[in-house]
Amino acid sequence: MIEVGTVLEEKVFHLDRALLKQYADASGDQNPIHQNEEFAVSVGLPNVIAHGMLTMALVGKYVSDFAGGSANVLEYSARFIKPVIVPAGEKVDLTVSATVAEVQDGKVSLSLSATSAGVKVLGMAKAVVQQ
Amino acid sequence: MLNPDSVGSTFAGTDSVTVSQSEIDAFCAVIGESNTTIAPPTFTIRITLTQFEEILTRPEIGLDWSRLVHGDQKFEIFSPVKAGDNLTCAATIESYRLAAGNEIVSVRSDLKREGELVISAWSTLVVRA
Repeated sequence: MIEVGTVLEEKVFHLDRALLKQYADASGDQNPIHQNEEFAVSVGLPNVIAHGMLTMALVGKYVSDFAGGSANVLEYSARFIKPVIVPAGEKVDLTVSATVAEVQDGKVSLSLSATSAGVKVLGMAKAVVQQ
Repeated sequence: MLNPDSVGSTFAGTDSVTVSQSEIDAFCAVIGESNTTIAPPTFTIRITLTQFEEILTRPEIGLDWSRLVHGDQKFEIFSPVKAGDNLTCAATIESYRLAAGNEIVSVRSDLKREGELVISAWSTLVVRA
């Protein structure tokens, strides 16, 4: 039974440089800050960072799984508050969870949480799905 | 700097885009989605960001894409996107402000299939000072 306040099971995704390259090719976003460490540092970043939209795509998978498929996702939004930092040779976590915020007219609103290395990376992340 | 006169205006993208199955497959593979019959919820950012770049960097609008950071993103999905869909994109510049030298632009993308709205997407784009 889905009711307001229900906490959904956490899921952990893993990101590495290979996944960033794969997302760059799949999305068309070839900004070097997501692939080239020297360039990323030169523009003031701590290291290569994941595309915000890759983080959002992975959290979107979590939402789709809850919704019983992508076709049931009606709304999805997030603010990019901190980067997911992806050092060379490492797999970093993206830990996703959600709380049911509203249930109305066959629609469920989720309040989403996404952290990496203990740091909250998405703010105001919400989705509305149809049941 | 963005031309303030462009705020409130809607600009059509240059071309329509036909979604291919291989594009959906590639996007699904990144996120581990096994159902590739429809596009994942954020798939159309692929179309939207390309169109935003083309539109917002036109000389009469003047956004500096090289210093851009993505601030936030919202999707409203009215009809899932599938392979073979032919989509047109229009961008509406909804708001613009300066904060500490950063330009903050809110822009909406409307993707339509045969004139029917399938996805509206809102992006806040920040051009760093």
